[in-house]
Amino acid sequence: MLTNQQIRDVVQKYEDGEENILAILLKLQEASGQNYISEDCAVEVAKELNIPASKIYDLLTFHSMFSTKPRGKYIIEICKSAPCHVNKSREIVKMFENELGIKMGETTADKLFTLQFTSCIGACDIAPAAKIGEKVYGNLTKEDVKKIIQEYREGGK
Amino acid sequence: MAKIVELITENVGKVRPDSLEDYLNASGYEALKKAFKMTPEEIIEEVKKSNLRGRGGAGYPTGSKWEQLHEIDETPKYIVCNADEGEPGTFKDKIIMDKDPFKLVEAMTIAGYTFGSNHGYIYIRGEYPLSKKTMQKAVDLAKEAGYLGDNILGTDYSFDIHIRTGAGAYVCGENSAQLNSLEGKVGRPRIKPPHLAEVGLFKKPTLVNNVESFAAIPYIVLNGGEKYASFGTKESGGTKLVCLSGNVVNRGVYEVPFGTTIREIIYDLGGGMPEGRKFKFAQIGGSSGPCFGEDKLDTPLCYKETGKNGLIVGSGALLVVDDSNCAVDFAKCISEFFVHESCGKCTMCREGNRQLLRILTRFTEGKGCKEDFALIEQLSNVLPISSFCGLGETATRAVSTCIELFRDEFEEHIEGKCRAGICSFSEGGK
Repeated sequence: MLTNQQIRDVVQKYEDGEENILAILLKLQEASGQNYISEDCAVEVAKELNIPASKIYDLLTFHSMFSTKPRGKYIIEICKSAPCHVNKSREIVKMFENELGIKMGETTADKLFTLQFTSCIGACDIAPAAKIGEKVYGNLTKEDVKKIIQEYREGGK
Repeated sequence: MAKIVELITENVGKVRPDSLEDYLNASGYEALKKAFKMTPEEIIEEVKKSNLRGRGGAGYPTGSKWEQLHEIDETPKYIVCNADEGEPGTFKDKIIMDKDPFKLVEAMTIAGYTFGSNHGYIYIRGEYPLSKKTMQKAVDLAKEAGYLGDNILGTDYSFDIHIRTGAGAYVCGENSAQLNSLEGKVGRPRIKPPHLAEVGLFKKPTLVNNVESFAAIPYIVLNGGEKYASFGTKESGGTKLVCLSGNVVNRGVYEVPFGTTIREIIYDLGGGMPEGRKFKFAQIGGSSGPCFGEDKLDTPLCYKETGKNGLIVGSGALLVVDDSNCAVDFAKCISEFFVHESCGKCTMCREGNRQLLRILTRFTEGKGCKEDFALIEQLSNVLPISSFCGLGETATRAVSTCIELFRDEFEEHIEGKCRAGICSFSEGGK
C-alpha cells in the first residue's frame, strides 16, 4: 500500500502534472506492488492535481494497461493480435495456463503472476510473443515457457 | 528481384542508439545544419518535391500538411511525433526509435525550425517502454551537446522535445485522439474540422507526423526532395518500411522503394512460406487493412496501384497467412481486436463491432446461418459511414474481404466443418 505522502511525491516529480497523468498513473501502478490503482490512490492523485476523481477513473478504465483491481507482481501479457495469432499464440496461452494452473485474466494464489492478453507489442518478427514488464519474449516454445516462469519464481520471492 | 534501399534505415544496426558521437560520425545533424541555412519556404518546397506521404497509415501528402501549417500565422505552434504504432503487425517506428533515435530528434528539430516552434512532443505507446527510455536518453544527450534546448548550434533558435507515454489504447494512434491524450484527457477522437493545423495541441496550430515520415526529412533536406522521390514511382515518392510478419521464413522490417511488388516482398525478402505450407492469403496495412489472395500478389506497393486493386499501403504491415489457418477464426481474431479497441464514442462502432463478433463467434461454433452473411454485409456498410474516426471506418474491412475470399469456408462452418481443424464445434454445433 502506498501512503498518501508517497503518492504525492510521485505526482510532484512530474512538471505539468496533468499532461503527464498517464506516466504518473503507470508509475503509481508499478509502485503499488500489486500492479493496480486503488480507489484511495486515484482520489489522492485527483486531489493533488485538482481534477475530479471521475476523470482518473475514466482514464484507468479506458486504457488497457491499467487495472483497478489488485494483480500479480508479474504480469504476463500474451499478444493476442493477428500476427501472433497465425503463429499459433493459442498454444502458448495453453502452456502458460497449464504451467501456472490459472486461466487468462486470473492471478496465481501466491500473487506472483497474472496472465492476460495484450494487443500487438511490436514483436511480430518473433511471434508468438509475450511481455513481462519491459522484457519481451519471442518464438516461444513449451521449454521457454517453463524456463521463464521458473526464473521469475526464483527471482520473485 | 526485390531490393532494399537504405534511405532512412541507413544507420540501423550501424550506430549505437545511445551514442551521439556515432550519429555524428554517420553524418548526423548535417541536415539540420543545412536546414538552418535555408528558409522555411525552401524546406517545405523540398518536402513537397519529395512526394512524401504520411507513413502512419493515412498517406496524406506531407508537403501539403507542412504548407498548410506554414500559412497559419497564430503562435505558438507545436510539433508532435505520433509514435503510437498500434496497428497490429507494425513494428517499423520501433526500429527507428530503438536503433537510430537521434534521426527522429534531428528531424523534429528541422520541423520545429521550419515552423518557428519551440516545443515538440513524442507520444510513444505504453507497450514500448524501452523505446521510451531510448528516446529520452537521445533527447538528453542532444540537449547536453547543444543540439536541442536553447540556441541550438549557436543560432537564436531554441527547441525542446518532451517524451510522453500512452497506456494501451489503439485509438490514441489517431492524431486528434492523441492530442487529447497529450493534454491529459482521455484519448477519444475529436470531430474535424477544425483541422489540427489550425486547432491542435492546447488549441494551437500543430503538426502531427508519424515517426517514419519524420525519419525521411533529414534525407530530403540533405539530398533534395527530387532525389528522394526518384527512388519511388511517379506518384509515390521514396521508400516504405514494410513490416513482414505471419507465416513467412524471414519476418522483419525491410525498407523497399515504392513499386516493389507484394510478391517480391513476400518471396524474395521474406523467403516465402515455411516448408510444406501454402500461401492462403495476406493482409496489408494492419488489422484495419484488407485481406487479399494470390491474384493480387503482383500488385506494386505504391499508393496508386494498391488503390486500384482495393488494397492500401497503410502502415506498411504485411501479414502472411498460410493454409494451416482458418479464415473464419482469423476474421474473429480481427473482430475481437476492434471490440477491445473501440473507444465507445460512436454508437455504431461500439455496438456494431460487438454484434459482428457475436456473429463470427457463432460461425466458429458451427451455429452460423445463411442469413448472417446479410447481417455482416449490413454492418460492413453502416460502420464506415457512421463512425467519425478511422477506427470505425475500417473495422469491418478485414472481415468483409475475408468473406469475399473464403465464402465457401464460412459456409462449411455452418455445416460444422473447419478445413484447417482450428474451430471446434463440440459445444452444440450442428
